[in-house]
Amino acid sequence: MIKTGSEIFVECLVREKVDILFGIPGGQLIPIFDKIYGSPLNLVLTRHEQGAAHMADGYARSTGKVGVCIATSGPGATNLVTGLATAYMDSIPMVAFTGQVPTTLIGNDAFQEADITGITRPVTKHNYLVKDVQDLARVIREAFHIASTGRPGPVLVDIPSDVQRASTEFVWPEKVEIRSYKPTYQGHPGQIKKAAQAINESEQPVLYVGGGVITSNASHEILSLAKKADIPVTTTLLAMGAFPPDDELFLGMLGMHGTYYANMAMQNADLIISVGSRFDDRCTGKVSAFAPKAKIVHIDIDPTSISKNIPVHIPVVGDAKLILIEMLKDIKEKTRPAWRSAVSGWKKENPLEYERDNKLRPQYVIETISNITKGNAIVVTEVGQHQMWAAQFYKATKPRTFLSSGGLGTMGFGFPAAIGAQMANPGALVIDISGDGSFQMNLQELATAVLNKVNVKVIILNNHYLGMVRQWQEMFYGKRYSATCLHRTTKCPPECSTPGQKGCPVYVPDFVALAQSYGAVGLRASEKKDVVPVLEKAFSTDNTVVVEFIVEKEENVLPMVPAGAALHEIITKLA
Amino acid sequence: MRHAISVLVENKFGVLARIATLFAARGFNIDSLSVGETEDPEVSRMTIIVRGDDRILEQVEKQLNKLVDIIKVLDFKSTRHVERDLALIKVNADKTNRSEILQITSTFRSKIIDVSSDSVIIEITGSEEKIEAFINMLRPFGIKEMSRTGIIAMARG
Repeated sequence: MIKTGSEIFVECLVREKVDILFGIPGGQLIPIFDKIYGSPLNLVLTRHEQGAAHMADGYARSTGKVGVCIATSGPGATNLVTGLATAYMDSIPMVAFTGQVPTTLIGNDAFQEADITGITRPVTKHNYLVKDVQDLARVIREAFHIASTGRPGPVLVDIPSDVQRASTEFVWPEKVEIRSYKPTYQGHPGQIKKAAQAINESEQPVLYVGGGVITSNASHEILSLAKKADIPVTTTLLAMGAFPPDDELFLGMLGMHGTYYANMAMQNADLIISVGSRFDDRCTGKVSAFAPKAKIVHIDIDPTSISKNIPVHIPVVGDAKLILIEMLKDIKEKTRPAWRSAVSGWKKENPLEYERDNKLRPQYVIETISNITKGNAIVVTEVGQHQMWAAQFYKATKPRTFLSSGGLGTMGFGFPAAIGAQMANPGALVIDISGDGSFQMNLQELATAVLNKVNVKVIILNNHYLGMVRQWQEMFYGKRYSATCLHRTTKCPPECSTPGQKGCPVYVPDFVALAQSYGAVGLRASEKKDVVPVLEKAFSTDNTVVVEFIVEKEENVLPMVPAGAALHEIITKLA
Repeated sequence: MRHAISVLVENKFGVLARIATLFAARGFNIDSLSVGETEDPEVSRMTIIVRGDDRILEQVEKQLNKLVDIIKVLDFKSTRHVERDLALIKVNADKTNRSEILQITSTFRSKIIDVSSDSVIIEITGSEEKIEAFINMLRPFGIKEMSRTGIIAMARG
C-alpha cells in the first residue's frame, strides 16, 4: 500500500505498540501531526520539549517499555538534548523523533534548522537522519530495536518535512537485521563458573547492585544469590527498589552519600560482585583506595563498562538475569557469621540518622512519606539534597518505583518524569520529591499535569537554597554562599551568608498560589506536627497537588565521602 | 605505545563523524586515520593509529565496537601484519642539487612524479620509519609541501 511518510510514522508507532507519546508540534512537523490527529496515538501535549523528553523517560523507567517523544526542528530538537543525555547516562530506552527542514534546505542555515543528529551524537545510543521515505519504516523499526535491546538507551530519528510528505509503498520489516549490532545476552559459561567459584571461596563478599539489575528484571535472582550465599547487598541510586529495604542483608546505598556500613563493607570486602553497575565515581570514591583487599567480579551487558574505572578480575558480559540464573546453579549454600557480625557492627556504630527534634527536618518528611506509603508508591526525585535524602530514607520495595536522574544529575527531571510514570501507571500513587530549586526548572508542566488529570504529588522540601551546592560551600569553601541563596538579587551585598535578615529580598514564588493558578491544589506546612495530616490530605486529593514544606534551611546530607576521598574516609558528623 | 587498529564500518554518511566524536569525547588521541572502500562497496575500512597504554587501547576498541555502524574492530597488537604509508613531498630542487635528490630518491626506491624549474614532487610508500628517514634526508634541501595518507594496514596470510 502506498503511504506518505507521515502515515508510515503513525503506522509504525501503532505497530510498535506505542500507547502514548509526549511532544509539541512545530513548523516542520505539521505533516506528521496532521496524521496523529484522529489516529489511535495518544499524544500528550507538553509545555516544553525538555518536559516531553523527561516524561518519555519516566514512562520508560517505570514500565521498562520504550518511551517516545517528539519535537520540531531547531529549538524543539535542541530542547530535547538534556532529556536525551539524562536517558543516555542512565541507560533508559527511549525513541525521540524530530522534524527537520526539507532535505533540499539541509545545510543552508534554514529557519529553525539545527544539525540535531550531529548535536545528539554523543548523547544517544544511535541516531538517524532519514533522507529517503523508503528508509523510514526500517529506520523506525531499528530505532525501537536499538533503544530497547542490549544496554538500552535513547535513539533519535530526524525526519525532514519533505520526507514526511513523500509517498512510497509501505513495507513493515518483520525482523530487524543489523549486521553491526548484536548484543551479547548469554554469559560465557567458563566465566560464570569462575565467578561462582570466587563467590564460594570468598569470606567477605559484597553484592554491589546497579541499575542494570532493574533493566534486566533480575532483582529476584539477586535476592536468591544473596540469601543462598549469605552476602550483604548494597545498591546504587539507580537500583533502589531492587532489594527488599528491610532485609537484614541490605546495606542501603553506597558511595558519596551512601551509608557508613555499605562503604565500610566495600572497603573491607575480599570479593565485590558488581551486577549491572558501572563503578561510577560517586560510588567508588578515590579509585586508587577503592576496596583494596577485594577481587572483583563484574557482570554487565556493556563490555565498555568493564575495567573502565576499576580493573576487574572476573568479567562476565551478558544479561544479568540470564547470568545469575546460570551462576546460582554453582553457588554453594553458605553462612558467614563472622563477616555478618562485622557488618552489623558498622550498622550499630553509625546508623543512618538525623536529629529527631521538634524542627521540621527534610529527612523527617521523607521518612514520613515512606511510612505512609509503606514504600509502595512510585517515587521520582529531582536532583540535589532532597534526592540523597530520598535515597536514604524512602524505602522503595519494588523495582521501577524509585526513579532518579543518577548519571547526568538533571535538576528539573523529576516532575515531568513523574507525569510520564503516572500516565504509564494510572492507578499508582506517584510522588515527585523535589527541592525548590529543581522544581522551578520544569514547573511549566503543571499545565500538562492538571489538564490531563495526572494526579502526581509534588513534595517540595523548600530550604530557600540550591542546597547541595550550599552544603559544599559550607563544608569546603568557608561558608561563602555564592549564588546559592534563592532570595539573592543583584542588589544584595556581594557577601551574604545570612538570608532572612532585615532588607533581605522576599522569596518567590508562592508555591501554593502558583499551584492554584494552574488549577492544582497547593498546600504548605512549616511545622513538624503538620507533616502527617498535610501528606495524607495530598495523597487523598484527586488532583495534582503541590506541597511545600518549609524545612530547616541549612540541613546537610550526611554521611558524606568528600570528593577525592576514599570510601572509608566518610564524614558521619560535622564538627 | 603506538597501536594500529583496523575498523570495518558501514559505508554510510556520518560514520566518520561518529568515530571522530567518540575519540574527542573520550579523550583518546589519534595519530593518523585513513578511510577507504574495501572489496565490498558497502563496507569501508578505517585504519586508526592511536597512542596509549593497554587499558586505553582496550577502551578504544570496546567503545568503537559499541557504535552501531561499526562491523568489526581488529587490533594488530599481536597479529603479524603489514603497514604502509604514502607521502607526496615537494622539495626545492634546481640545477645544482637535482642529481643529488635523484640519487636519494632511487636509494629509497621512491619516484619523482613532477618536475619544475625549482622543485620536484616525490612519491614514496613504505613503513612509517622508512618515510621518516626519507624526510630527514630531504630536509636539508628544503621541503616546500608535504601530504601523507596516514597508515593503512592488513593482517598477513
